[in-house]
Amino acid sequence: MTVARADAVLTGQHFFLGDHAFAEGALAAGCRFFGGYPITPSTEVAERLARRLPEVGGIFVQMEDELASMAAIVGASVAGARAMTATSGPGFSLMMENLGLAAMMEVPCVVVNVQRGGPSTGLPTLVGQADVMQARWGSHGDYEIVAYSPASPQECFDLTVKAFNTADQFRIPVLLMADEVVAHMTERVTIPPPEAIPHVERKRPGQGPGDNGFLPFKADDDLIPPMVHAGEGYRVHFTGLTHDERGYPVLTGPAHDRLVRRLVDKIRLKAWQIVEYEEYRVEDARVVVIAYGSTARSARRAVTLAREQGIPAGLLRPITLWPFPGERVRKLAERVSAFVVPELNLGQLSREVERFTSLPVLGVNHAGGAMMPPEPILDVIREARG
Amino acid sequence: MRQEIRLAGYGGQGIVLAGQLLGKAAALYDGKEAVFTQSYGPEARGGASSADLVIASGPVDYPLVTRPDFLVAMFQEAYERYRPDMAEGGLLVIDSDLVKPWPEEGPYRRIPATRLAEGLGKKIVANVVMLGFFTRVSGLVPREAVETALRSSLAPRLLELNLRAFAAGYEYSSEGGSAPLPMPPPEACAGKASARTSPER
Repeated sequence: MTVARADAVLTGQHFFLGDHAFAEGALAAGCRFFGGYPITPSTEVAERLARRLPEVGGIFVQMEDELASMAAIVGASVAGARAMTATSGPGFSLMMENLGLAAMMEVPCVVVNVQRGGPSTGLPTLVGQADVMQARWGSHGDYEIVAYSPASPQECFDLTVKAFNTADQFRIPVLLMADEVVAHMTERVTIPPPEAIPHVERKRPGQGPGDNGFLPFKADDDLIPPMVHAGEGYRVHFTGLTHDERGYPVLTGPAHDRLVRRLVDKIRLKAWQIVEYEEYRVEDARVVVIAYGSTARSARRAVTLAREQGIPAGLLRPITLWPFPGERVRKLAERVSAFVVPELNLGQLSREVERFTSLPVLGVNHAGGAMMPPEPILDVIREARG
Repeated sequence: MRQEIRLAGYGGQGIVLAGQLLGKAAALYDGKEAVFTQSYGPEARGGASSADLVIASGPVDYPLVTRPDFLVAMFQEAYERYRPDMAEGGLLVIDSDLVKPWPEEGPYRRIPATRLAEGLGKKIVANVVMLGFFTRVSGLVPREAVETALRSSLAPRLLELNLRAFAAGYEYSSEGGSAPLPMPPPEACAGKASARTSPER
């Protein structure tokens, strides 16, 4: 039986739900495997991919839980596929161990976390932004992570494409840290033609599988080893244990320090290349608001209102939460008088801001359940200006 | 110019689809910016529920509707729940068979959308009848843009009926009824912002 293949890249303009934009971004990036367990407010990602992946020759598997979901995408990626899962708070917690496995085995993959109110089951259908530090530190051990924070359905699409490229370039798991408001809002999404979609190839070994001296975890000067896939004939061994360049366990302090230092440095030394942010009216600002995701949209309104009242306010919107644009904060701190950090948690990214400045950092916090309105942000901008 | 629109009814009336179609028409076929949101969770099933739309000439920062400039009510409970939030001077549009406005209600527009849909043979197109009527009386988005949205969104077998439903609503005249607002001629308002809406906020 032949099945008519649908287009993987839906070039054109669409009126898309944020969650659907994640799904289409994945397909446009060449993702052909999704393993996941539906959970509100990320369910529409899985729902759309369950229909779309088979249309384009991909595989959708509804797993038994989120531990298995994460394991499945790591396995699919080791076999050569671009692979993704999508979840929310409780599922994100369950994925943490295998996220560390992906970091340790250097397996590229993408995880969408549509944040809702937590801890635990919390607020299943309502917005939160309290997984910011979990994204950075959730799995045990030392590792670096890349996490993007979309503020619109268009960014859900664009940053998903980027997440796959970053994952493959650095051989790491990459997180898309959305929130319920962005994932459940519908806006125009423009999808470029396939040839205009950026594509970074996974680095592959130069020599063929016949070379007995080949070392699958020997890094190049960029600290990234070329990736071999299971089933190609290479002698490969992937393990979560501390391993040497052959991929075999070596359980000693020196081997561990060498490996973990390389895993961390391959990102840390390139952080300047990965970091992204957007600014609004910061040129002459005295008070800079630092906000991300849906809260950044309220913050932008608050800055506009402050400007109308003659207050020189501006907005720094981190597009990468991790690595955090700390150097930019340090630079701004030379000429502003205060930072305001609104977030739907009781103070998470504000701690990171404090690492880069000795100026006052004023939080605007709510534990979640509804989008933050512009007014409380404006109040604190006024307060910050004194 | 930012306009906030809330469509309200009960589950099954197609309120969400009507809102998506209007948003799609504005964002893809009329060169505007539009954000569509809806209520999620248990409160969205049964009873009053809403579909919200922000339409603007420039980028939309805050995406949620807080003080609707336009309220479409297709169910009494929805009217009673959402009417107090409506902006002063906003435009109220009701299904006149399903909503009985409070005695102190000011000017509004009305259409028996569900009854007209039944006349077309399918009660379920009441949302599109209302969409046609609202497109005309609000003047937010031109008729052609909404019809293009219908064509690009609906399965071919459903299209003809829905275009008829849209036309029935668009061409419906409530003059002679008790609705106090005079009806503008169709060509007078298509594609033009209503004079009744509040200024940019």
